[in-house]
Amino acid sequence: MTDIKGCQSCNSITGDSTLDLLNQDLAKQVRTAYDRLEDRGMSACLFGSGGTCCRICNMGPCQIIDGVDAMVGVCGATADTVAARNFARIVAAGTAAHTDHAREMVRGFIATAKGETPHEIKDVAKLHKMAAIFGIETEGRDKNEIALELGERALAEFGQQEGTLTMLKRAPEKQQKIWKEMGVEPRGIDREVVEMMHRTHMGVDQEYKNIMKQAARTSLADGWGSSMLSTELTDIMFGTPVPKRAIVDLGVLREDMVNVTVHGHEPLLAESLCLAADDDEIIALAKKVGAKGVNLAGVCCTGNEILMRRGIPVAGSFIQQEMVLATGAVEAMVVDVQCIMQSVAQVVKGKHTDVITTNYRAKIPDAVHIQFEEDAAYESAKKILKHAIANFKKRGDFYIPENKKLDVVVGFSHETINYMLGGRFRQSYRPLNDNIINGRIRGVGALVGCEHYKYSDDVHFKIAVELIKNNVLVLATGCAAQALGRRGLLRPEAATEYAGDGLREVCETVGMPPVLHVGSCVDNSRLLIALTEMVNEGGLGDDISQLPAVGSAPLWMSEKAVAIGQYFVTSGAHVIFQDLPVTGAKKFSQYILEGLKEDYGACWGVEKDPIKHARAMIAAIDEKREALGINKKQERVLMDMQMRRELEGKALPGMGCGQGGH
Amino acid sequence: MSKIICSAAIRGAKNIIDMAEETYEEALVKFGPEKEVAFPNTAYFLPIIYSMLGAKIEKLGDMKDIFQECRSLLPAVVTEDLWLPYLAPALDAGMATFFAEEMYEAIRYLNEPDFYTKTEDPTDNNLFLGAADDVIFRKRGVEFVDGTAPGFAAIMGTPSDKEVASKIALELQEKNLYIFMHDQSEGKNMAELLVKNDVQVGWNTRLVPFGKSYTSAVFAIGFACRVALAFGGIKPGDYKGNLLYNKDRTFAFVMAFGPVSDEWYANAAGAINWGFPTISDYDIPEILPTGICTYEHVVSNVPHDEIVQKAIEVRGLKVSVTKIDIPMAFGPAFEGERIRKDDLFMECGGGRTTGVEVLISKEMDEVEDGKIIMEGPDIADIEEGQNLPIGILVEVAGREMQSDFEPILERQFHHLMNYIQGIMHIGQRNIMWIRIGKAAVEKGFSFKHLGVVLHGKLHQEFGAILDKVQVKIYTVQDKVDEVMELAKQVYAERDLRLGSMTDETEDVFYSCTLCQSFAPSHVCVITPERIGMCGAYNWLDGKASYQINPTGPNQPIEKGECTDEANGYYTGINEFVAQASRGAVTEVSCYSLMNNPMTACGCFEAIAAMLPQCNGIMVVNRDYRGMTPSGMKFTTLAGMAGGGMQTPGFMGVSKHYLTSRKLFMAEGGLKRVVWLPKMLKEEIGEKLRQRCEEIGMPELFDMIATEEQGTTEEEILQFLKEKGHPALEMDTAIG
Repeated sequence: MTDIKGCQSCNSITGDSTLDLLNQDLAKQVRTAYDRLEDRGMSACLFGSGGTCCRICNMGPCQIIDGVDAMVGVCGATADTVAARNFARIVAAGTAAHTDHAREMVRGFIATAKGETPHEIKDVAKLHKMAAIFGIETEGRDKNEIALELGERALAEFGQQEGTLTMLKRAPEKQQKIWKEMGVEPRGIDREVVEMMHRTHMGVDQEYKNIMKQAARTSLADGWGSSMLSTELTDIMFGTPVPKRAIVDLGVLREDMVNVTVHGHEPLLAESLCLAADDDEIIALAKKVGAKGVNLAGVCCTGNEILMRRGIPVAGSFIQQEMVLATGAVEAMVVDVQCIMQSVAQVVKGKHTDVITTNYRAKIPDAVHIQFEEDAAYESAKKILKHAIANFKKRGDFYIPENKKLDVVVGFSHETINYMLGGRFRQSYRPLNDNIINGRIRGVGALVGCEHYKYSDDVHFKIAVELIKNNVLVLATGCAAQALGRRGLLRPEAATEYAGDGLREVCETVGMPPVLHVGSCVDNSRLLIALTEMVNEGGLGDDISQLPAVGSAPLWMSEKAVAIGQYFVTSGAHVIFQDLPVTGAKKFSQYILEGLKEDYGACWGVEKDPIKHARAMIAAIDEKREALGINKKQERVLMDMQMRRELEGKALPGMGCGQGGH
Repeated sequence: MSKIICSAAIRGAKNIIDMAEETYEEALVKFGPEKEVAFPNTAYFLPIIYSMLGAKIEKLGDMKDIFQECRSLLPAVVTEDLWLPYLAPALDAGMATFFAEEMYEAIRYLNEPDFYTKTEDPTDNNLFLGAADDVIFRKRGVEFVDGTAPGFAAIMGTPSDKEVASKIALELQEKNLYIFMHDQSEGKNMAELLVKNDVQVGWNTRLVPFGKSYTSAVFAIGFACRVALAFGGIKPGDYKGNLLYNKDRTFAFVMAFGPVSDEWYANAAGAINWGFPTISDYDIPEILPTGICTYEHVVSNVPHDEIVQKAIEVRGLKVSVTKIDIPMAFGPAFEGERIRKDDLFMECGGGRTTGVEVLISKEMDEVEDGKIIMEGPDIADIEEGQNLPIGILVEVAGREMQSDFEPILERQFHHLMNYIQGIMHIGQRNIMWIRIGKAAVEKGFSFKHLGVVLHGKLHQEFGAILDKVQVKIYTVQDKVDEVMELAKQVYAERDLRLGSMTDETEDVFYSCTLCQSFAPSHVCVITPERIGMCGAYNWLDGKASYQINPTGPNQPIEKGECTDEANGYYTGINEFVAQASRGAVTEVSCYSLMNNPMTACGCFEAIAAMLPQCNGIMVVNRDYRGMTPSGMKFTTLAGMAGGGMQTPGFMGVSKHYLTSRKLFMAEGGLKRVVWLPKMLKEEIGEKLRQRCEEIGMPELFDMIATEEQGTTEEEILQFLKEKGHPALEMDTAIG
């Protein structure tokens, strides 16, 4: 595995569209992350990479070397303490990012319920489902009234101080029991982040297992708290994703349209832009400047949000954000929060493109700021689009790699998965469980997270192909999902091209791709529900840790990825990353990579090489299959009357009969 | 692969919905939206629509919403490339297909009232029966419940050769399955081929010609839906409950012959929702992964000589059939077969000659197992039309054998002999009657085969209580007379013993959870004076069954302390029922209609219902199709009493219970009975008069009204007043 050395030696950039573009003269003038990586000319700090650089007080910074007495911190902090604190702070930061995103969505949800936004409560069935979870009365009530109560209850969970988060009770019972016994049930979302920051302040919690306990609690506040609230309420407001066709990659930009790319994370802005792009006035303005209209295209997770719900094309993922602009074909890149590189405002220098920041939290030097006003969302959106339209005439040289776009089928929310396996009347996870039990599907692998420039950009693809070849169904989110889409794995035809016989057969039966795009990075909460549904459906153990399922965030970049990884581990799902900043602390890394398993039934794993990484995932799945006793061929059971008589009422969940009172 | 099937199913569904909607629009013009529309004599409306959506189609105009539902379920066609998931849409399309077809068939009943025979058996000029009415449904549904029939084969089309068709039908019959036949292949339909080959079709032989178009498939699926509603206590609209119930309990499958049209695919996709897979003899794609069905969903290209075996394997069904070594086919499917005049070779008993059958127990050394003695002329010795007397004496011995079990074993003779293809047995004891068909004689029937059957099956079913069985068959008058003498003596002793047994004399009652495979929370309590409501199980049966299978459906209940004599509350019974019903029923009375009445699965012989105005109780039997003074027909009442629910004022009862001394004790006993259908009153007439005398009111018999006096409470009340019926003077039974 060669570490990348920048644009001049583009041999590790394998993405066709990126290569094509970077070989164009106009793109060669642009300084991208590949160049900066090379220009920096130094490798990453070993203490930082190993997790043992402590800079939380001003006695240091201290570089700790494990096992060398002289090299503990000035305060006496050991490598394990420092690495644990750093790790826990990554989890806290990631959780904070999801939480602030979620808070905005919940606030937008409340405003929508009050009729103060251009949006409406779209998915009433899901609204009722969530209301039931929150114990909110629905009988005879207007959807907006229910939504308002739900929104306010959800918002209260952020600042809640006592008790536990409501969504925790959606988890398998045994999971809840484990959390209770471990004492890691989050009390309130913000409280856990604050406590995490406090406990990792100088001179507070200095026992790595105890620190990790709070990290576990914080991660649950993310996965089963803020992220889940965000996903569910966003679905209710903008519609739960259903299967849709769309296109991805740089080729989605249009020569004849005003290209507005939306980059960041919160779909409130993007949804408003989608509505405004169809506004007669906006279309007329676009035509006036000689364009056919406004072509919205997503970047990063905002892209995922509108891709999943509206089938809006995605121009690029995280690593392509500069490439999208380097085309010279984009009139404006509208950004909100998270994963926006400061460089985007530099890439557009000398071009007609404006980078428009819209959130008071996130400003960038040399960008244009147009505040997105939630209480005037539609007007804000139009204002932004008008700004972009005004740039169209100024478009100079540009290059759109037009043949570089790929078809994808997206929209696999856990509701979609449930539906597509049995239709409206028989929807359930039964066929998935059945085919896992009978071995057609070996297990489920989640590929989530980001991208970066240190390793070759086909890592996701290599891992995914190895997984599906070995009959592992892949669920993907975030930029990982886009990376797989650019390689054609989100097409249903990919099942025939890449999947092993068993998985192929199931994909062909259902008509689904072997890799399912489940949503943005905040939507990893969908995976928690999907895993829970698998447990509840039965036959694969009674908690998530027994499922033949494993997660991975290859090419993880953001702190959010670690928060996600940790909430999966705390929920019982084994997670493998390519690297983790724990290598400098022996006991702590041993705890992370093995010890956690005793506490939560799952732990972290690390493997850099993509193929070995995939095989480690498969091995983890096989281990679960072995433990479940489903690693052998299953004999067909034929039922006689006696056996039918022995069917207990409980064998028919959800049935009118056998539920007691009749 | 699945894509081809799903694409075809979606296309087919669209065609069918278009066709049905067009028919509907025409009917709307012709009849108007207020026109009543229904399948014949059923309380389940259009049963698929009713059970899936909870919607009652009573008038033509009610169909509008359902067509809208069909349209919303109908997905877009599957694209060539970059398709969206198609399995779920295809299943939805299949469901919409059934809704549309059900409405289409219902409209057919309006347009052509005599299109189907609406009978149990074909008529001279029409082979196709159409939807099973509730009388047929309940009678046959019971067989699904007690396991006599594990399920059904819904056949689309036919093999082109009549011999092959007959062979497949026979094989399915031998697996005890019902065979529902629909549509045709290349102009031929299976029922016609069977008839051409002299195979008897109709509900009685389980070879049911539902209809000659594919749309009649809804009669088969609707039957399954009704099983779940009637016996499983599944609520209308609880589609998931109904579908899973059928997946787990009704072992049905689709068997398709010949080329598969888009419309057939649509029906097959629909059936998958119920967990019913399709097995085809044609070269079509397969869907092998499991999940919606228990195993594969579509299996194709199966040769005719393997198709039945393959079908039951795919459906996950185990049928254990013991081979009885006789030249005729044998099994429950042949039980209802009739020997008509033209098919008759000869007959015994039934008033034409002396006929008697009896079973007695003997000491072990007095019985030689397997010995079959035949004395007198056999079939080979006589001419067609020459009738003979018959005496069948079965002697059994066993370490666990008790004389109490004799009548139970003897009662098996009727169905066991009927199981033989070509033989018809009617009655019992010394009023028995056997008709031997020509077809059986052609296959080499000998009276000895009756012995083979009785020996083999008694061993198989009662091996736990008997070790030896020998059978003596006589066709000479003097020997028959000897058996008759012995039999009369045995009958007299038995009746005396049974008559003296009361609920007070026995400390142990028996439970019956035979139906729990279909009604999971229902528990029958069988006492000496209250036999099972199905009429098939008395206290001795329970005792014997427990002896045979100590972990089986009949368990002893220590009745415990009687806390209320009139209601018949026993501590032991309440404890047992609470546990066996998994907490669904915690208190049950043995003798009350109003207070915690006993639950029922749905296979009761009759239903008792309170008539508040008359201050009395009516009882209606399953075969009575008319209106009752409760304002409901039997089928509607059955919905109130079945499914394992306790509904005070409605209760399933056996006919036998009506003449029990414990009848409705809490409500004042027999004196509370005010109405019975005439046919029921006549059937139990002799015993009923006797009971009236026993309670010192011989005049009561004539005070009990029938439909001749009326079918409304007002009419009955008038009649009761005229007659001075004692119920009018009694305390109110309500409240």
